[in-house]
Amino acid sequence: MADTDSADTLTDLPLAGLHAALGAKFVPFAGYSMPVQYASGVMGEHLWTREKAGLFDVSHMGQVRLPKDALAGLEALIPADLTGLAEGRQRYGVFTDDAGGVLDDLMIAHRAADVFLVVNAARRGHDLAHLRAHLSAVEEVTDRALLALQGPLAEAALGALVPGVADMRFMDVAVFDWQGADLWVSRSGYTGEDGFEISVPVAQAEAFARALLSDDRVAPVGLGARDSLRLEAGLPLYGQDMDEGISPVEAGQGWSIGKARRRGGAREGGFPGADVILDQLENGAPRRRTGLRPEGRAPMRAGVHIFAEAEGGAPVGQITSGGFGPSLGAPIAIGLIAADTPRDAPLFGEVRGKRLPAAQVPLPFVPPGYKR
Amino acid sequence: MKYTEDHEWLSADGDIVTVGITEYAATQLGDVVFIELPEIETQVAKGDEICVIESVKAASDITAPLDGEIVEVNEALVANPSLVNDDATGDAWFFKLKIDDPSALDDFMTEDEYKDHIGE
Repeated sequence: MADTDSADTLTDLPLAGLHAALGAKFVPFAGYSMPVQYASGVMGEHLWTREKAGLFDVSHMGQVRLPKDALAGLEALIPADLTGLAEGRQRYGVFTDDAGGVLDDLMIAHRAADVFLVVNAARRGHDLAHLRAHLSAVEEVTDRALLALQGPLAEAALGALVPGVADMRFMDVAVFDWQGADLWVSRSGYTGEDGFEISVPVAQAEAFARALLSDDRVAPVGLGARDSLRLEAGLPLYGQDMDEGISPVEAGQGWSIGKARRRGGAREGGFPGADVILDQLENGAPRRRTGLRPEGRAPMRAGVHIFAEAEGGAPVGQITSGGFGPSLGAPIAIGLIAADTPRDAPLFGEVRGKRLPAAQVPLPFVPPGYKR
Repeated sequence: MKYTEDHEWLSADGDIVTVGITEYAATQLGDVVFIELPEIETQVAKGDEICVIESVKAASDITAPLDGEIVEVNEALVANPSLVNDDATGDAWFFKLKIDDPSALDDFMTEDEYKDHIGE
């Protein structure tokens, strides 16, 4: 979390009053005062989301609209198959740079009247400038809150207010009316669970959030559990698991580079860093992402160096995200290690001067609950 | 019971001081998931970082409140770190310290002073 934010420059979320009334503790994050947890705490909120439905306020994230014909232009910035993205569908992608690094990751939705993007809060200013340098009519959406309802009971809880959402599949997008408010809904999220992200006009956001919270299956969930949920789901956090110095292939997001954009594809390359990234897809990258399960109970957090030996030797990599996985009841981590490290090699994380063993495991740590 | 500015509580029985963290500290930390305790018979100096306590959110240390020798540690905490959230000032004591000078305890905060310190 960004610790450079000072209280006097923080922006409150539109629903700050509701969060305070719900007993939230606030922390600075990406320039916003964000609810990090409510009364039940990170562990309880995490487990609730895996069993029922958690309501997250992610209004700090950037919402951007582009003209409907912008998908082709976006392909010059993002190595995803966007002209092949059907209307009513959403896709994950990354903005790359000339060195093959990542400037941000984002969601791109192809809607009936426009193209709708959701970008990371800390990168919003950067992304808007980047988009405007290459595309016209880039419009930041500033009059909408963004909520996420996540968990196996999310469909039932949101469906009680907006029946049409039950027919959506994973990564569908649609617009629904709720009491005169236009809801921009996608069936997606950042927890590994089934769920929805809902852009709602600020004027109706609190009433809508309260309507969801009045359902016994729904509880508010803060930034703390959002991080542990996404970590268990093996989803990268921009700025930790992926950044200008870590390519999408190294970060395990090579899957987001569509066949059409790869070597031999119909629209091969044509995005920043294509030479580096396409070569990595074909011949391998210098580093690779791995899941790690530390033995014992000590968490291995971001920055912990990873070794192949219990003593001596140089690090083979480091932890990019790590902590405790409440659903596993054990510490978990994502590491970035030299690609030639054997996949069955036992590894060691150096925590407080001690090398503690950690096993390489595939990601995600918990099976996804997406409704395909 | 006495309190330190680092949110530890101290309970003295002669020259043996039992040390834990306050409920306020436990609440601030959130769900505790890992605890590392010092070895018995370790000589410690005031301010030494002698325990590690990790919550779902972050790692922090517990320092020795006084010079002395660790004479007992609470192994139950290692097996069940969440005891700290359930009973911070009771079952979730961390270690017992044999101190040279019991009068040094007079320098720490009383309960009322500690409540002022945390703004309650």
